[in-house]
Amino acid sequence: MSSTVGPAWFEIARRDLLLAYRRRAEAANPLLFLLIVVALFPLGIGPAPEQLSRIAPGVVWVTALLASLLSTDMVFRSDFDDGSLEQIARSPSPLYATALAKMGVHWLVSGCPIALASPLLAGLLYLPSSAMLALLLSMLLGTVSLSMVGGIGAALTVGLRKGGLLLSLLVLPLYVPVLVFGSAAVDAAANGLPWQSELGVLAGFALLSVTLAPLAAAAALRINLDS
Amino acid sequence: MPKVMSVCGDRIYSARPGALPGLKQFYDQGGMRVVWSFLHKLGSPRWFYRISSQWLPWLAVLAGGLLSWGCIWGLAYAPPDAVQGNSFRIIYIHVPAAFIALAGYYAMAAAGVVSLVWKIKIADVALRAGAGVGAAMTFCALVTGSIWGKPTWGTWWVWDARITSMLVLLFLYLGVLALYEAFENRETAARACAVLSLVGTVNIPIIYKSVDWWYSLHQPATIKLTRAPSMHPDMFHPLVVTILGFYVLYAVLLLMRMRAEVLEREQKARWVEDVAAGSRLAAEPGGEAHA
Repeated sequence: MSSTVGPAWFEIARRDLLLAYRRRAEAANPLLFLLIVVALFPLGIGPAPEQLSRIAPGVVWVTALLASLLSTDMVFRSDFDDGSLEQIARSPSPLYATALAKMGVHWLVSGCPIALASPLLAGLLYLPSSAMLALLLSMLLGTVSLSMVGGIGAALTVGLRKGGLLLSLLVLPLYVPVLVFGSAAVDAAANGLPWQSELGVLAGFALLSVTLAPLAAAAALRINLDS
Repeated sequence: MPKVMSVCGDRIYSARPGALPGLKQFYDQGGMRVVWSFLHKLGSPRWFYRISSQWLPWLAVLAGGLLSWGCIWGLAYAPPDAVQGNSFRIIYIHVPAAFIALAGYYAMAAAGVVSLVWKIKIADVALRAGAGVGAAMTFCALVTGSIWGKPTWGTWWVWDARITSMLVLLFLYLGVLALYEAFENRETAARACAVLSLVGTVNIPIIYKSVDWWYSLHQPATIKLTRAPSMHPDMFHPLVVTILGFYVLYAVLLLMRMRAEVLEREQKARWVEDVAAGSRLAAEPGGEAHA
């Protein structure tokens, strides 16, 4: 532990990463969810490779979306419940930076592993290897947007006791553009078509969400803290 | 109040070429003060109730008139379509409902901005009322579109770009409604919904464009959507009338819901008791004589 204290957002990020590290086993939950749901599809549809490889991009993307959604509720909740979020909000450091730091840590802890694991799971669904790079890159960019937009929903519902399902209802319509372009990128790559433009749009979404989502999240957090 | 009237009678004075002649007088004579004071009055629940009581009957008559004119004209007198026959006539309900659904979201978001920035309570009321009316309009558009689709395309539902965007819009509205109901404190609920509607506003063009693009990728070759790229004026004019009628109908429904919510919020106030007493007296037979 260093004797100098960095900026508030850095310390918050460091603390959150430390907490996540202490509960390492929980980091595996989204991945296990991803694996189980991906395994359910052949069980439900049948093991025919042509059928599975056709739906593989969409299935992996939708499942990753849902897996990312599962852990979003916890982004602000534990700090809100024990009162530390209120102290952080009252401090002179901007709540924008705090929200960005927490959502960034959420991405590192849940979105990034999902993105890195997705090629393996897509292989289970016979996704052609030509699409693997597209899947990895689109997932890495897409999960950034998912974490950011999910953070807005988490900030809005942080004060509610049973916020989980409501969070999904609020956030899933906002996930639609990311899903559309993400699965289209992988689909195009699987069919041998160029996919760079879809990736560019995903990068645009990621940048837009990284810039604007903390604003909305900070406003929502203040609303919940003031009540 | 009388100052505004005298503006029109003054001589023309242009400060610079091309400037609107009457506008300078309007500002100099304090015309803006009148406008601001009117808007400011609307912010008070009691004044809002009073002002809307005067406007509502006229708006309702206007809505009813425009809608009946447009619908009768469109349903009975417009010529049948060359391809679709008479089933296209549901366009006179479907298109206005879709317009209002989209415009209503922006109206709701505008109310949200007013609520967040100026903290005007009437804006909160407008937000909540707008969410309900907008969701109903979106549902109406989807159902009428589905009814239209059955004879035209053979199915009740098709994953068309516009239909899918409408469905996502319905989810956005339902999200706002659900978020409002989830909070115990009404103030917090309204502000959270304002933030959510703003987030949705940023997203609506993005969602619309991405669904549009998605559809152009996946468009099935078998289903041909009959569009009307250029409508014959005989078909188009009743559509304009019904669109206007729906806009006024939206205003009427919004005002009615806002009035109900204002009465509920201010139920302990004296003026609400007077309103309730007044209506009770009016409802009794011979009640006017007793008052």
